[in-house]
Amino acid sequence: MNNVSVTEKKQLNIPRNFIRVLVPLLLLLGVCILASLAFGSRMIGWGELLDGLFHPEVQSHEANVVRQRIVRTVFSLMCGAALGVAGALMQSVTRNPIADPSILGVNTGASLFVVCGIAFLNISSADQYIWLAIAGAMLTAIFVFGIGSMGSGGATPLKLVLAGAATSAILSSLVVAVMIPRSNVMDQFRFWQVGSVGAGNWDSIITFVPFLVVGILIAIFTGPALNALALGDEVATGLGVKTGTIRLVAALGGVLLCGAATALAGPIGFIGLLSTHVIRLLIGPDLRYIIPMSALSGAIILTVSDVLGRLIGSPGELEVGIVTAFVGAPILILITMKAKIRAL
Amino acid sequence: MMMNETITINSIMRSRLKRRRRFILVTSVLALLSFALCCAMLMLGNTIYPVRDVIGVLLGEQVKGATFTVGTLRLPRMIAGVFAGFAFGVGGYIFQTMLRNPLANPNVIGITTGSSAAAVFCIIVLHASNTVVSIASVIGGLVTVLVIYGLSKGSSFSIGRLILIGIGLQAMLNAVISYLMLIGKESDIPTAIRWLSGSLNGAKMETLSPLVLTVVLLTPIILYFGKRLEMLELGEQAATSLGVDTNKTRLVLIITSVLIIALATATTGPIAFVAFLAGPIAKKLVGVGFSNIIPAGLIGVILVLASDLIGQFAFETRYPVGVITGILGAPYLIYLLIRINRKGDL
Repeated sequence: MNNVSVTEKKQLNIPRNFIRVLVPLLLLLGVCILASLAFGSRMIGWGELLDGLFHPEVQSHEANVVRQRIVRTVFSLMCGAALGVAGALMQSVTRNPIADPSILGVNTGASLFVVCGIAFLNISSADQYIWLAIAGAMLTAIFVFGIGSMGSGGATPLKLVLAGAATSAILSSLVVAVMIPRSNVMDQFRFWQVGSVGAGNWDSIITFVPFLVVGILIAIFTGPALNALALGDEVATGLGVKTGTIRLVAALGGVLLCGAATALAGPIGFIGLLSTHVIRLLIGPDLRYIIPMSALSGAIILTVSDVLGRLIGSPGELEVGIVTAFVGAPILILITMKAKIRAL
Repeated sequence: MMMNETITINSIMRSRLKRRRRFILVTSVLALLSFALCCAMLMLGNTIYPVRDVIGVLLGEQVKGATFTVGTLRLPRMIAGVFAGFAFGVGGYIFQTMLRNPLANPNVIGITTGSSAAAVFCIIVLHASNTVVSIASVIGGLVTVLVIYGLSKGSSFSIGRLILIGIGLQAMLNAVISYLMLIGKESDIPTAIRWLSGSLNGAKMETLSPLVLTVVLLTPIILYFGKRLEMLELGEQAATSLGVDTNKTRLVLIITSVLIIALATATTGPIAFVAFLAGPIAKKLVGVGFSNIIPAGLIGVILVLASDLIGQFAFETRYPVGVITGILGAPYLIYLLIRINRKGDL
């Protein structure tokens, strides 16, 4: 009995500083949540914070503000986790360090479908958005990856990014074309398009839960096989992994996660890129650990960005999509500068 | 031996002559086509005016109705289209040739986004005058080029790195534009949407002078240095041995083409894909070996004017020109990407 657990531990091969990373991240998460509840255009003190959280009978204005911020915080944690895991999945499926839904144009595909839904099908509820966004995200992902992986060398980062940028440009032309004759759609879409977690409510959270759960489960179950995939297709096949199936399932999980998050919060870029890279830097390349940790770091990064946006944009807010672009794009540039040319 | 040499020289001369003829033929056809589109731009609309009236208005006569419609509405629109199209075509061609990659055009590497961001900032935040907007968009474009170049230089230069860095930078600049559009007043939004995709709507005579002047003044310079660009195409060393100061040529060409692209962007917004399509089409029509600057510019003009006519009249709603070029250009872009990937140039 003892023996088995020992060998299991050996197989699991916990990264050296896993605990040393996990504990601070969890602490950070706690701080984030508190900050997200307390900070904003109106600062909330400790007393009111506790009132809002644990004393439903207190009806002060501050306590109500805190209660409203709970929804927002939960929603941003969920979106962040979804985008973080989606990033990890896409990076390992495409075996490409800079794969991120926003860079691959997948967000724009989701946008186009949502706009068409608003314009032609009179759709306005979140659970209808979601399926459209997922369909759009999926078609775009297939298309971009198809073009990007043509020719020798497969899907190199540069090819994928260019295919993504080009597709994105085309899709945004279509978005504008659908929008221009309909000024009401334009106004609705203008705010969705930036990407914000402020619009989240309990309904959207409830709609989101099944997608989040299924996506993360897919990610966790495909993790070991994706590890094998990282060694190359031949090695993976030799280890008994069905490479095609695994890629497909993992990509599906990624699209499900980022499509759902995009549908509810609007296109938020760079979370997947940022969270996965930070985690890989900290705990190494084992995907079984990267995936859950990316969820954690994604949630942290998105929530921090949201709080930052509220502080910078006070008395209004700076939408989180704008903040993440500002934090994420430099990281993309840094990765590019550090990468060896041959790897591009 | 001697015979052989004369034959080769002869055949080279002959093929050169053939190419020159083809160049002249293609250029004149393109020029005619541009001219025809210009006339169409002036004549067509809700009311169709005959050539006589249009010429009358252009000569300064007072023609009832036509003076306002043609002189105040259609003429500035046409001029904006011609000069912006030319600027995008020429600028795009210069960049593509210089970086030896059809994908490395001002749209993809984010120069137009830099200009847009600067211009939108001036319009929405500073409520600045047209001159300030033009200057700011030029500065925005130049700064973007400098930053991209500076960051991609590093230990060893590669076009791939440059493109990736440009795309990253573009994401940030786009975030700036979205933010500015959100804080902008509702009434500014129609103007601001012009910055999402270019449009010739609202072109006014008095706002066109910076673009027109710059294009007229800089085109000769670009043509002069463009001749050396052909030699640059042979490769750095070959060009140097032919006596071309490669660094100076590059610098002059980058600055001049960014100038005209930025001013065109300030006037019409980023008209999608024109800078990207003009060069490859020109190369296909004329062939390699001749400086294709003028044909590329004319193709830019044709693309913009034709797309604007389509956008105005083909559908129930009027679409801005950028949407049409975006949709028309898309299949070609995809085709080009596929071809490049197949060939494995990247």
